[in-house]
Amino acid sequence: MSTPATAQLRKTALNAVHRRMGAKMVNFGGWDMPVEYSGIIAEHLAVRTAAGLFDVSHMGEIEIRGPQALDLVQKVTCNNAAKLDSGQAQYSGLMTEMGTFVDDLLVHKFYDKHYFLCVNASNQDRDFEYLRAHNTFDAEVENSGHRYTQLAVQGPKAATLLQGFTQVPLDTVRYYHFSSGLVNGVDCYIARTGYTGEDGFELYFEPEHSEKMWTELLETGRGEGLLPCGLGARNTLRLEAALCLYGHEIDETTTAWEAGLGWICKLDKGDFLGREALLQQKAEGLQRVLVGFEMVDKMIARDGCPVIAGGREVGQVTSGSPAPFLKKNIGMAYVPVGLNEPGTEIRIGIRGREAAARVVKLPFYKRPK
Amino acid sequence: MYPSDYRYTKEHEWIKVEGATGTVGITDYAQHALGDIVYVELPKPGAKLEMNQSFGTVESVKAVSEIYSPVSGEVTEVNAALATTPEKVNSDPHGSAWLIKMKLSHPKELDSLMDAAAYQAYIDEQQKEASA
Repeated sequence: MSTPATAQLRKTALNAVHRRMGAKMVNFGGWDMPVEYSGIIAEHLAVRTAAGLFDVSHMGEIEIRGPQALDLVQKVTCNNAAKLDSGQAQYSGLMTEMGTFVDDLLVHKFYDKHYFLCVNASNQDRDFEYLRAHNTFDAEVENSGHRYTQLAVQGPKAATLLQGFTQVPLDTVRYYHFSSGLVNGVDCYIARTGYTGEDGFELYFEPEHSEKMWTELLETGRGEGLLPCGLGARNTLRLEAALCLYGHEIDETTTAWEAGLGWICKLDKGDFLGREALLQQKAEGLQRVLVGFEMVDKMIARDGCPVIAGGREVGQVTSGSPAPFLKKNIGMAYVPVGLNEPGTEIRIGIRGREAAARVVKLPFYKRPK
Repeated sequence: MYPSDYRYTKEHEWIKVEGATGTVGITDYAQHALGDIVYVELPKPGAKLEMNQSFGTVESVKAVSEIYSPVSGEVTEVNAALATTPEKVNSDPHGSAWLIKMKLSHPKELDSLMDAAAYQAYIDEQQKEASA
């Protein structure tokens, strides 16, 4: 059953289109968003075997411009933006002084004096204020979310499908790089990024072209198996790929090491917010760490379920769900460091009972080369 | 759409009664609201249920929904097929995806349940409220 749209919920430019298509809608981070159109499982499988089209315009965009744009980016994020080429993007964290997360995000470099950040919908305004508060540099910060519609085309057929709409040779847009050009006659940033674990693209363009882009991509793509996909499939896809979701695997209480995100933490890039705290925790060692698990018993672990060992609660499930492609029930959880080896048996508390599960290596799913 | 010989609850269960035996399931409205069903948890034969008592769960990808017994009685049979094909609840909620069969202990309880017309009106009202 659909949630009614209230005056307070924010809407993307495609809101009326989603409703007209009969999508089930939900309040996500203050946005009236489609959860599913034809069913989460069908949509999930479409992305893994053909392609899916997502309206992700609720995501935020923040642009940093000026002679010291890089300095600001470097100060507040943990990854090394100085390594970016023009037209390249990196996954990064917006950090607190404690080495924990204000947000996770993609940092794109247009050129030395212009960076484009894609941030979580629920954190858009908070991130913007955070950047402004730390902007002691010769740089301007713009909250530009309202200027962009963002669509994601994801799946093994995404490139072929999209190529039919653009002269930009997509095989020259490498993974985690982006270009600009006309797609279906519309000026777009075309980024080879995504949140599904598949090949695919994210398109950023002016909202006035939203309905045309959405409808025409779907019309052409349907024959190849392209389905419109909602937040339900977006979540099951990213979980199979073991991608973090802010508010679940990461938040202001989780450090980069605990979350398994040491790979985006470049301590040697110079000083940044949280660097000291991260160094300290590295020296002291971790108490808890994020792991992936598979259910052994048939029950499904859900977000917030306790992890039980030695008869007591030792951790919590951060995300738990059926995995439609893998046909298993999976999840991620914080557990004490002693329990993090793949193969470790753990128990998950589910509605008052304990179900058997096993720690597994991440990611659960990796797309075929 | 809603079989006229079934009775319905506010929690979107149905019961079809033949003599003193009832077959229980969830309605098409419920399966649609839940989305793709992935797991069904049911009691064992012999379990004694009170009217409105929760007797199991139907789980979709995103949600867990408890199922409540429309009447009091004893479970005589459980639909074993749903252990391997829970998606039947989506495709045939009023037929082959019945959940349990039970022996009614207080058949008069049926009088307090909705008939098909009342249930249809009830869900029309729910949907109107939802899109208000």
